[in-house]
Amino acid sequence: MDTDRERHRARETAFYLFTQQSLPACKPVLTPGWVIAIFLFMGVIFIPVGLISLRASHCVVEIVDRYDIDCVPEPSRMDKVSYIQDDSIPKNCSHFMKPVPPITWKVSCISPYAEPYTFSSAVITRHYTAVKTATEYVKSRSDKQLLDGQKYHDTSSCQPVESNNNRPIVPCGLIAWSLFNDTFEFIREGAELKVNRKNIAWKSDRGHKFGKNVYPFNFQNGTLIGGGKLNPEIPLSDQEDLIVWMRTSALPSFRKLYGRIEEDLDVDDVVVVNLMNNYNTYSFGGKKKLVLSTSSWLGGKNDFLGHACVFVGCSSLTLAIIFMLLHVKYRRPYGDMSYLPWNRKSFSG
Amino acid sequence: MKRYVYINDNESSHELYCDNRISNRKYTVLNFLPKNLWEQFSRFMNQYFLLIACLQLWSLITPVNPASTWGPLIFIFAVSASKEAWDDYNRYLSDKKANEKLVWVVRQGIRKHIQAQDIHVGNIVWLRENDEVPCDLVLIGTSDPQGLCYVETAALDGETDLKTRVIPSACMGIDFELLHKIKGVIECPNPDKDITRFDANLRLFPPFIDNDVCPLTIKNTILQSCYLRNTEWACGVAVYTGNETKLGMSRGIPEPKLTAMDAMIDKLTGAIFVFQIVVVMVLGIAGNVWKDTEARKQWYVQYPIEGPWYELLVIPLRFELLCSIMIPISIKVSLDLVKSLYAKFIDWDAEMIDYETGIPSHATNTAISEDLGQVEYIMTDKTGTLTENRMIFRRCCISGVFYGNESGDALKDTKLLNAVAGSSPDVVQFLTVMAICNTVVPIKSKTGAISYKAQSQDEDALVNAAAQLHMVYANKNANILEIRFNGSVIKYEVLEILEFTSDRKRMSVVVKDCQNGKIVLLSKGADEAILPFAYVGQQTRTFIEAVEQYAQLGLRTLCLACRELREDEYQEWSLLFKEASSTLVDREWRIAEVCQRLEHDFEVLGVTAIEDRLQDGVPETIETLRKAGINFWMLTGDKQNTAIQIALSCNFISPEPKGQLLLIDGKTEDEVCRSLERVLLTMRITSSEPKDVAFVVDGWALEIALKHYRKAFTELAILSRTAICCRVTPSQKAQLVELLKSCDYRTLAIGDGGNDVRMIQQADIGVGISGREGLQAARAADYSIGKFRFLKRLILVHGRYSYNRTAFLSQYSFYKSLVICFIQIFFSFISGVSGTSLFNSVSLMAYNVFYTSIPVLVSVLDKDLSEGTVMQHPQILFYCQAGRFTVSPPFLAFFLLYNRASESEYICWMVWSIFVPCNCCVCDHHTCLCLREK
Repeated sequence: MDTDRERHRARETAFYLFTQQSLPACKPVLTPGWVIAIFLFMGVIFIPVGLISLRASHCVVEIVDRYDIDCVPEPSRMDKVSYIQDDSIPKNCSHFMKPVPPITWKVSCISPYAEPYTFSSAVITRHYTAVKTATEYVKSRSDKQLLDGQKYHDTSSCQPVESNNNRPIVPCGLIAWSLFNDTFEFIREGAELKVNRKNIAWKSDRGHKFGKNVYPFNFQNGTLIGGGKLNPEIPLSDQEDLIVWMRTSALPSFRKLYGRIEEDLDVDDVVVVNLMNNYNTYSFGGKKKLVLSTSSWLGGKNDFLGHACVFVGCSSLTLAIIFMLLHVKYRRPYGDMSYLPWNRKSFSG
Repeated sequence: MKRYVYINDNESSHELYCDNRISNRKYTVLNFLPKNLWEQFSRFMNQYFLLIACLQLWSLITPVNPASTWGPLIFIFAVSASKEAWDDYNRYLSDKKANEKLVWVVRQGIRKHIQAQDIHVGNIVWLRENDEVPCDLVLIGTSDPQGLCYVETAALDGETDLKTRVIPSACMGIDFELLHKIKGVIECPNPDKDITRFDANLRLFPPFIDNDVCPLTIKNTILQSCYLRNTEWACGVAVYTGNETKLGMSRGIPEPKLTAMDAMIDKLTGAIFVFQIVVVMVLGIAGNVWKDTEARKQWYVQYPIEGPWYELLVIPLRFELLCSIMIPISIKVSLDLVKSLYAKFIDWDAEMIDYETGIPSHATNTAISEDLGQVEYIMTDKTGTLTENRMIFRRCCISGVFYGNESGDALKDTKLLNAVAGSSPDVVQFLTVMAICNTVVPIKSKTGAISYKAQSQDEDALVNAAAQLHMVYANKNANILEIRFNGSVIKYEVLEILEFTSDRKRMSVVVKDCQNGKIVLLSKGADEAILPFAYVGQQTRTFIEAVEQYAQLGLRTLCLACRELREDEYQEWSLLFKEASSTLVDREWRIAEVCQRLEHDFEVLGVTAIEDRLQDGVPETIETLRKAGINFWMLTGDKQNTAIQIALSCNFISPEPKGQLLLIDGKTEDEVCRSLERVLLTMRITSSEPKDVAFVVDGWALEIALKHYRKAFTELAILSRTAICCRVTPSQKAQLVELLKSCDYRTLAIGDGGNDVRMIQQADIGVGISGREGLQAARAADYSIGKFRFLKRLILVHGRYSYNRTAFLSQYSFYKSLVICFIQIFFSFISGVSGTSLFNSVSLMAYNVFYTSIPVLVSVLDKDLSEGTVMQHPQILFYCQAGRFTVSPPFLAFFLLYNRASESEYICWMVWSIFVPCNCCVCDHHTCLCLREK
């Protein structure tokens, strides 16, 4: 008796069930009813989500201003490369940006956004083929050195910007060397518009990837100057422009956050931008743009998410309707053996 | 080449032949690493991955961290190497145990206890009862005064009955003490693996002078790994030692079988490799052109004006590394893993345990489970496979009188019992042949009951039946047999045993009646081996009728016959026989020829009929599997009528109106040709009708058909769903399997006896039934099961699930590799074709291992349909056979690539569209995350 019971119990154990391939399992069958219900459900969920995202995206006001051509004086336009490479010419430039709301703005966001809105500004450069391009470029950095500074010696990955005059360069590598160095000054109605340049980089980068005690050293001292210089007094973890820059983008055209304007701008305000057009994108046909944009809970202006959701929702609904019609028209009992292929074959032949 | 073994000569043979150190090891500590690596790297896939991994060490060209390839590669190698090492270590341990076992060996005339590994060729080895034999020995003495001993050969051939072994005649009567000093030479062939032959000669030196060269056969040997039983002691001369023993020589590594799926995966890998090369070349050229035209303008990359000489190679190699991911490195590991689990599921399956014997099913070959789901032809043996191989004596026909026809059991037939009681001379003679014309060993237990150890089930049945009819084979003492009949004891001296061979199809003994000194030849055998040799004038018609009648009932028949020999005739023949037995070349053929001289002019005594019942569930199993679209061929050594009868009773073929049997017969080429063509014609006509057409062919016609009309026979084989081949030899069985395999059919061979081993090894899948004919078949097979009916579950449940799971897994592996690879390729178009990876190394590795490999392994538990459904609708198997997942390789490759291409294009496009216009998003080299303002 006891052994019988034991054996019985043994049969119930999970391992025994596993060995017999009979672990309890859920075996859903996709019957037409289920399929239609699932598609309907997806439609019902995705369409509203898509509409909400679209609305949020449409409420973002964005002004894009390309300045790389305008900022080259008329006589130099024939040879922009030599203009940009000539250090003796001042690169000052003034631009006007008028935050005129786009037409759709009025339609979609009536009440909450009629208020004066907050702008944040971002610098956008557009490189024709991106920084990203070459493996040589994206790999030319040393994350360890960014964190530990000169204590870390194995910076061979930084080639060809590894050391200068036999002294290491901090931060080393092509990415840091080609730091973006256009500067901007925003003026509204004669007064300077305060731009907050703090907290533009990821907190995790500031805290964990760039050293608090690492100071720029021997940077941009070589014969060939790439991009911007760094203040050697400020530790890397506070050099937020560098931190933002060091996150290379995946795609050829990309935006980098420059700072936030924390004052309200009115609809009629004109913002004058005084900028230093230092960075050379002319040699490879890149573009530089400045973008002023508000932000919503969804981030910046991006219609894709909304469109994608609406598309998925609509197609699910359509499929649900098609399946429903098919199901009504060609209804057949569930589990009818005569539909099995070998049974059908014997009917016909 | 011959080997001369000098008995008791301690020095001369030491250099010539190896010592008795058994080594099954593949590796030693020193050569393990190089040898194992060499073996692993002989696989194309591994070479490829090694090349990739080495290229990745060059930091200039590697887009990702080398660890992402080295890690998995080292892991894969470590896993298979440690598996090998573990196996080898276990082999080493068992070798060591065997090598260090202490045995008694004569050294310098004194018996010493030494380790088994120190035995040399020519040494005399002493064994006690129940000792394991350490090497191949030629017997020279036993405790038995007649020089007999018994061995159990289960480890060698799987047969559990005891076999008698006898010392050579030259050593007969040598004193126990003198055996230490015996000198002589044994002339024997070089080591081979045939455990049924040992054609050697022995000559003793003075003082044991015996002028004759004494012939030695396998009967005079005891082979390594056998056990000495029922004998107090025995001693023998070591002739083959170490790995040169018969067992050691036969311990070959069988060629690994590849499944259809494996072949498919290999082909697919090749196709993808070619595709990859094309991609690499195109993108490499594009990349170089781009670099020269556009990239030089990008000052921030600082391209050197004059690059090194290998500059042109950098970008193509980078793409090669990027695309190397196209061939999934994990597929081998995952497949090995799940396949061993399939095998375990078979071992564990509680529904495939034979509760009569308690033997569970076992998958010896863990690599071919999914082939089970693709079986198209099953070649089955009859005896012991479809039937139980438990022989019961049912009927007999003695001198024209039928016994047992009414009751179906001759042992209960009063007519026969009366005849026995009345000592009718015909019946007594018949029973005598039944009792003593065999190689059975009677063993008397302490209670006095006699049990028989027989090598063949038929002999066992006959001896037992004779005993029940009061003709009790009581004792065998050397050459003297004792028979008790109705209270009196009759003694016979066995003069010669003419053993059974499948060519002669009969066996005979020559015995001398100890009472009156008459010499009699007693024979039993198949009807065609006995009846044509009846003496002129004997009416054999009733016997032919009896054979036919019994065969129709599905009974196995044997004809018994005898002939009285004259003294001089025997003497004369005996010399010839002795000479034939001591030839070294073609001994078997010579003996058969000599036997022929004696086996003629028989007085046919009668016919016995033995029943061999069908196993449980055989008809149902065959019906289900036939519904699943599997074709059955029965290959049997039995008679045509018996085979057809069994085939009818187990649903193999349908009876007349529904089914039709076509016969291929004929003794000459022309006859066979005509009949083959006729059958082929009928087959072509009826192939459209829903009619069960089967053809029957016998061994003789088959031989001719295979030799001269192979093409026609192949066509026939393709057309016919069922075939019965009777009277076929083991090699013909293997030939038929080969034939079907050559037509690209997946074949499964199932059998239980030694005669099925070749067929089992030849087939794509070999299934052995661990039955009464020993374990030989089960050992050679890929799967061993206890009963034929488990085949249904093996194929429909295990085979089908394994197939579906492996198909899913391998397809998925390729799919996921191609998806990520295509993302990389598309990304290269927007990254200046420089071979940059979109993903970082950690993500890539995580994608390959954690996201897509390990979770998918769960599919090993996936069941698309319940077991019950599959059993009810075996037709479902058709989808597996047709290879649902294995479309022709080029097409599949195209299909895969096409589909995946569009998919990854979509993914790439999605990534792009999300992030390009994304406001305030920091798009990162590694991950794309949106940074939002607070």
